[in-house]
Amino acid sequence: MTETFADLIACEDALMFVNAAITSTGQREFHHEEGEQRLSLGFLHEYVLENYRDLYAASLALNVNDHNAVLIVRNLLLRAGDVDVERRRREGRLIARRLGLLPPQRVYRLFRDLRRRGVNNRRTRAIMREWMAGRPDPAFDAVKYRDAVKGAMRHAHVRPGAAADGELGPFLFAPRTVKRFATPIFETWRRAHYEREALYELPYTVAEGFAAKHKVPRAVFAERIESKMTRLERLRLQESTGAAADLGAMPLTRLATYALSLSLDDRARRRAELTEALRTSARRIAGAARGSWGRVAAVLDDSHSTSGSGRKRRRPLAVALAASYLLEALAKEYTPLWTSGRTDELLLYPFGPTPLGERIIDALETGPERLIIVSDGWDNAPPGLAADVLRIWRSRLDPGHRYGGAQRVQITHLNPVYDADDFDVRRLAPTVPTAGIRDAEDLPTLVELARFAEGRVGLPALQAHLDERTARFLEHS
Amino acid sequence: MTFGLDGLRTRPAQTWGSIRLVPLVRDEPVPGLRLHRVAYDEPISVVDVGDGSSYTSYIPHAFVATWRDGDELPAASYGARLLERDTAPAPERMPIRTTKRMARKAGKDRLRFLPLHLAVEGYLALHFGGPTIAWEEWSRKAVAQGLSPRAEAAYLGRQVRGLEDALRIFEIHPGQCGVLVYVADALASAFVVPHPDDYRALHATLVEDMYGELIYIHGLLGARTGDVSAGIDDSRIGSLADLRAAAVRGRAEWAVFHDEVMARRLFDEKGTHRHVQRLRDFHLTRFLPSFELKRENHIGEAIVDGDARVAYLKTFRLSDGQIRRGHLLTWLAKHRWRLRDAAAAMRVTEANLALRLERSGFGYLLRQDVLDHYRAQAARGETFRPPDPPSGGPAVT
Repeated sequence: MTETFADLIACEDALMFVNAAITSTGQREFHHEEGEQRLSLGFLHEYVLENYRDLYAASLALNVNDHNAVLIVRNLLLRAGDVDVERRRREGRLIARRLGLLPPQRVYRLFRDLRRRGVNNRRTRAIMREWMAGRPDPAFDAVKYRDAVKGAMRHAHVRPGAAADGELGPFLFAPRTVKRFATPIFETWRRAHYEREALYELPYTVAEGFAAKHKVPRAVFAERIESKMTRLERLRLQESTGAAADLGAMPLTRLATYALSLSLDDRARRRAELTEALRTSARRIAGAARGSWGRVAAVLDDSHSTSGSGRKRRRPLAVALAASYLLEALAKEYTPLWTSGRTDELLLYPFGPTPLGERIIDALETGPERLIIVSDGWDNAPPGLAADVLRIWRSRLDPGHRYGGAQRVQITHLNPVYDADDFDVRRLAPTVPTAGIRDAEDLPTLVELARFAEGRVGLPALQAHLDERTARFLEHS
Repeated sequence: MTFGLDGLRTRPAQTWGSIRLVPLVRDEPVPGLRLHRVAYDEPISVVDVGDGSSYTSYIPHAFVATWRDGDELPAASYGARLLERDTAPAPERMPIRTTKRMARKAGKDRLRFLPLHLAVEGYLALHFGGPTIAWEEWSRKAVAQGLSPRAEAAYLGRQVRGLEDALRIFEIHPGQCGVLVYVADALASAFVVPHPDDYRALHATLVEDMYGELIYIHGLLGARTGDVSAGIDDSRIGSLADLRAAAVRGRAEWAVFHDEVMARRLFDEKGTHRHVQRLRDFHLTRFLPSFELKRENHIGEAIVDGDARVAYLKTFRLSDGQIRRGHLLTWLAKHRWRLRDAAAAMRVTEANLALRLERSGFGYLLRQDVLDHYRAQAARGETFRPPDPPSGGPAVT
């Protein structure tokens, strides 16, 4: 089977987009400002939508981040007329499935955006209607996202119907005409307007507004509302007030972020607890694949640039730390090598230059079956050494290179930072596949996806992989 | 006295756009000296020149050098409490402070000085006194007041495009005590401190330093830095050990290349030094280059300890115009401000030299009628002819 040049380009474009959609959130990064990020990402979306619409829709099935998922859905609906009915239907299923996974506030924001842009085709209305019909508790939504729900209903011509004993309509559109609601949460909301005690029954964000109105002291409010908070809200409050957080409930990357947010003294004091929580979480993700990766070496970046930006404080370092715990669970034998040379993972903080090249030599000397590099790709001590080392390893030293590409050491570079200049995550060497990573939880799938970036597996294989992922993604709906 | 960057090792450069930063690392800090940054509450400072006039300047920050007998305290050097007396806000009714001199004792064992101001002042004051013998060509003002008023233009680091970003992104090495700043691969400035903690505290102050016109223009042009890394020759690599050896070799080669090629003109062996102050074993020194035309010229200041180790260094790269002015003044001074002798030594006519002085902004030093006379001579197009031996007779014009 022959591959055309166009196929190669398509393959590269596809991966570039996927990498960007996984890593970039249009926020400020260590090297690039927010504006650059948005411009760069906006262009990429336009480009891929125009040239590879199938792929653009299919990336909803991949682990793209919420920010990009919303952008993709919006752009697909905005340009619905461009494709035939058959493809539109397929896109519709992908969109519906993805909307089901997104946090509701993001979806409501998307609906508001669609309304503002005047997107009101039949399919958009159907999708909105379907999503709203699928909400588990319409009455709760109506209280928590009142304006957004109202706007969405008006826009998509949704009738309030029989939800919440038929009180949804009056609650949203004419609350003053009702003397007394039968639905408890509506009634609480009505009472909260003049009764201070009632507001503690409401969702946190709604209660916050009423608390301000009734001039409730912040400390009193925070203490009494706690039971009404969502998990994340509670976590945020705990972090801001310094209270001990519930470690068991946190996902791995968030757990790593939390650990790194503590002072070094706190980390040392709670070493056993934190290590246990990280290990347990990593083991849960590894699941059946636990111990199946053989000998693994990892080169992990803890240089100054992993401090991220004000918007994403220490995010790259947290991803590397979480990845390290996950790899430990996946591997039979595991060697972590941090660029700074430090070995106590729990006491890391971003510092120093990035001597990736030397660390990669160290890692290869341990004779691993897999080498995972987690770094933002700014190799600077000295610059370009990592690329040289990887190139020479591939072309001369890898024991597998003689046997026609059946390489024994599988090297993958995972990059947590989107590079606004290159429209991609920064690469270390052309011969080593690079994939963007947002959460360490995605690591196993990304290592799989990164094979395509190497150029050895062509477009048909990538297409097959995407089809398979799409099918699996839709299966669960 | 000469000194170099001995004891400091060059590490791989980091680049961002047109800026290249080369870190310098010490094995161990220079004992007995620490630098602190003093952030002044009011940035305007007035220096009393002594003759009734005063010199006003904007001072973004100043460093305080501290001498101590024992080991330095492990505390960070930023905002130490010892300095309270200096940083205390002045009474409101006196918004400006009069400073006696640029380098001033801030306490029994401390010396306060303004980075680079000293050096620039040193450059300006090179022949501050002006002519020592009242030759008839010089105006009365030149004889009475010297080269005053003094004025030189410099740019704030913030105005050098890309420098601020580069400094933010730069990853400080463990043990780093200094940095060399290149803009479009022209050496802009060298900065060395005695202790790594000092460096970490003072790293960001590089954007508040002064940079010459050349550096500012290079920043504006935004030419990217060249790739000077050699890469590894794969034909000689047979094992991982070879690869490691090649990496180590590459690192050493870069350091040698940088020190011997890129930073070669930082110290001018023909330049001059002047001790400003001495405390214990440390000398605060200003140095001036030889003002040779069409090459790099750096002025700067340094604190050197008894073993000739550089504890503190800050340099400023002169622009071409500044080099020309320094060059002229140097020649004049060498010939005791005698125009005729200086011109003969430079192998130009007196008129040429006089007009060059005027073009360099020193026209006010010459008497108006003398200058007019030279102008007329130059208009006639006379060229230089070597004087007849024996010399000392009337100069041929």
